[in-house]
Amino acid sequence: MGHFDKVKKLGRTKSHREAMLGNMAMSLFQHRMIKTTDAKAKALRPLVDRIISTAKKDTLAAKRQVAKTVKNKEVFKKLFNEIVPQFADRTSGFSRVIKLGVRRGDGAPLSVVELLTEKPKKVDDKKDKKKKKAASGK
Amino acid sequence: MALPKRRHSRARGRKRRTNWKITTVNVVECAHCHQARLPHHICPQCGYYDGREVFAPGQES
Repeated sequence: MGHFDKVKKLGRTKSHREAMLGNMAMSLFQHRMIKTTDAKAKALRPLVDRIISTAKKDTLAAKRQVAKTVKNKEVFKKLFNEIVPQFADRTSGFSRVIKLGVRRGDGAPLSVVELLTEKPKKVDDKKDKKKKKAASGK
Repeated sequence: MALPKRRHSRARGRKRRTNWKITTVNVVECAHCHQARLPHHICPQCGYYDGREVFAPGQES
């Protein structure tokens, strides 16, 4: 049943899988919540939790370690400036996966992955960013 | 090429297929909108899970 598989391969080569999961992690840090297939969501959660755990150490070595996966500078800054401070009182379990149903077309089970940070108020993307900056200044 | 040696009766095939059964989908009542939803899933009607709105219906991530 694949219980001993520490790495879910997701039908991809190592490089493809690592690139995809890295991109998904960055999307998650950017948007707080992403919708994906259940299998990808479950593969993503441990990766995201490890990145945040490392980021919480806040040393130069930790930053370099995180930058291996979080290659986008904007997202990297957001991770350290906005996301990590919100996890100050939490030592593990930074993300959550909730099932969403099946996809029409191929019947693939879908899930949402979310960061357990505070939910920003519902506005479109551009306004959202301004509000977040204003909120973090308080 | 391999071929069947004997005629295969209708009863034989039907007996095998008696075990092809469909199972009923287990649905539970959503605590928020009281409509049917799958257990351990976000409610597709109201987007609620565990007492709070997680994902609004029709919303894209």
